[in-house]
Amino acid sequence: MDAAVAGRGIGLVHDQAKLAKTLRRFRTGDAIFKWFTLTSAVTVLVLLAGVMIALLHGSLPAWRAFGFSFFTSESWNPVTEKFGALPAIYGTLLTSFIAMFIGVPISLGIAIFLTEISPERLRRPIGIAIELLAGIPSIIYGIWGLFIFAPWLQVHVQPLMIDTFANIPVLNQLFAGPPYGIGMLTAGLILAVMVLPLVTSITREVFDTVPPVLKEAAYGIGCTRWEVMRRVVIPYTRVGIIGGMMLGLGRALGETMAVTFVIGNAHRIVPSILAPGTTISASIANEFTEAVGELYTSSLVALGLILFFITFVVLALARFMLMRLEMKAGK
Amino acid sequence: MRFMSYAAAASLAAVFTISTAQAADISGAGATFPYPIYAKWADAYKKETGIGLNYQSIGSGGGIKQIKAKTVTFGATDAPLSGSELDEAGLIQFPMVMGGIVPVINVEGIAAGQVVLDGPTLAKIFLGEITKWDDDAIKKLNSGVKLLSAAIAVVHRSDGSGTTYNFTDYLSKVSPAWKEKVGTEKAVEWPVGIGAKGNEGVANNVAQTKGSIGYVEYAYAKQNKLTYANMINKDGKTVAPEMSAFQGAADGADWKGTPGFAVVLTDQAGAAAWPITAATFILMYKEPASIEDSALALKFFDWAYAKGGKMAEELDYIPMPDSVVGLVHEEWKKIKDTAGKPVFAMN
Repeated sequence: MDAAVAGRGIGLVHDQAKLAKTLRRFRTGDAIFKWFTLTSAVTVLVLLAGVMIALLHGSLPAWRAFGFSFFTSESWNPVTEKFGALPAIYGTLLTSFIAMFIGVPISLGIAIFLTEISPERLRRPIGIAIELLAGIPSIIYGIWGLFIFAPWLQVHVQPLMIDTFANIPVLNQLFAGPPYGIGMLTAGLILAVMVLPLVTSITREVFDTVPPVLKEAAYGIGCTRWEVMRRVVIPYTRVGIIGGMMLGLGRALGETMAVTFVIGNAHRIVPSILAPGTTISASIANEFTEAVGELYTSSLVALGLILFFITFVVLALARFMLMRLEMKAGK
Repeated sequence: MRFMSYAAAASLAAVFTISTAQAADISGAGATFPYPIYAKWADAYKKETGIGLNYQSIGSGGGIKQIKAKTVTFGATDAPLSGSELDEAGLIQFPMVMGGIVPVINVEGIAAGQVVLDGPTLAKIFLGEITKWDDDAIKKLNSGVKLLSAAIAVVHRSDGSGTTYNFTDYLSKVSPAWKEKVGTEKAVEWPVGIGAKGNEGVANNVAQTKGSIGYVEYAYAKQNKLTYANMINKDGKTVAPEMSAFQGAADGADWKGTPGFAVVLTDQAGAAAWPITAATFILMYKEPASIEDSALALKFFDWAYAKGGKMAEELDYIPMPDSVVGLVHEEWKKIKDTAGKPVFAMN
């Protein structure tokens, strides 16, 4: 081997010009590679800026006409051309909240069961089932929601809710009838099913990254399973868990088709979560093709811009929470 | 962001379909309601003449936008443009085919045609003033029918649509309160109810939701076997949604005296007239950019008037009466080439 290296060395020394050429070729290759990756990275920024500018430009007429009242007005009237985003913003946030409120605990439960408690031969089938759930297109969820889930809720679940909470203050407002089947709650529940696989698969993967020695040590000093999860696994993986939750929230905020099917598409704010409502993306999907007049179209684009900002704020908040957690852990 | 990419993809797709259409094809875009019959006519016409039709059913609003952008030879809309709007854009407008809009209900124990409604009652239901099926106003119209005390769930369109335009136009004509509070448009601020996308969405929601009432094109009510309600028309007669009743509405209309045939066939007089009937319209330029394309399109429409009637009826559309077709032929003479010669020559 030494001889071979030496031989190559001598060969190169003997051929200085060739060496220089090779090195030059490497350098050009490197430069091209560097430029290629840089361009790719810059493209993302350009695209983002392009979308921003397009949304801002498209929504200008709406901002000019309504100003800040666009955020506070409940009216959505194509006849008089008075538009306000409040019902859509409210619906977007409420359905996403319901989805996270129900979806996250279940996801964590599944992930904990799969990584810590489940017998080995159950892990694969359940894991595959969850991955399959993630692969179902959203329109299928929408159709299932409209044809099977909503009628079932209307006949069996919602009347029960309305009767049960009828005499409890606050709750009787929150669960006021009539039972339509479709509405905010139904949309939130469908979204919960849709974020489930996303959050589950990510938390499951981060749970798997916990070094076994940590868990074994905890079990060794007599910790229960609950204590191991609570004191070792979750603190170790919280960054990943929050990341998974934020991905799920991102999906819930932007989901269009399934929500459009089951939310009832009404621009109104009602205290009852059984009532029909709307979300930003559902409004755009419903109304964009037939929106006549500059102000109508522009108001829909303005809704898109608001969704863009909500997503941005959610991501920023997630980063901020992570930073604080890390600082706390560092102390 | 998601919407932007959809929009971008959709517009890209639109651009490609337009540019890849063969030179010999007629291109049009617009209303979704007449799409099934236009497609059927196009298929039969292609077999007969070899000339195809490339029709994009992107909605009436989209059709108006496309014809104004001159990307298509004709636009199609369910809500007619007014005479002044037509003059401003240099367009002519003519009705192609008609359809009926039918109130559909889902009430336990009630079969199709058992319940009768009149305009003011229908308006009050959609205003949210009548909330129970056993309300006195409904009972009064339906003595002898057993109505349960169930809550009414109103179902309306969530997307802008010509169907909504005609339905709200009818409610505005029969109810001053509706006219003042809601008005006539392709999308309105609904006081109550659930929104569903498309005729099929409303049909499905009504079929799924107990106690519901909605409005759909007649074809959807028939194909989905929905329970329709009969209506009391302007003459005070009870009519069922049938071909003859829709035809009755067209007969009484003043086609000749209305610029651009912009007749909305709601609340028409006549003992047999169904009160919520609607025509769908074609828009073309008086001075088209391509004489050949416009001549091809007019030949197709002429063929459809002459031979398409039976096909239309098979799909539950109503063909235009012969008298109206004659007026349309007159209107076509306004489409001229640069030398001022009419593009369409009658045989």
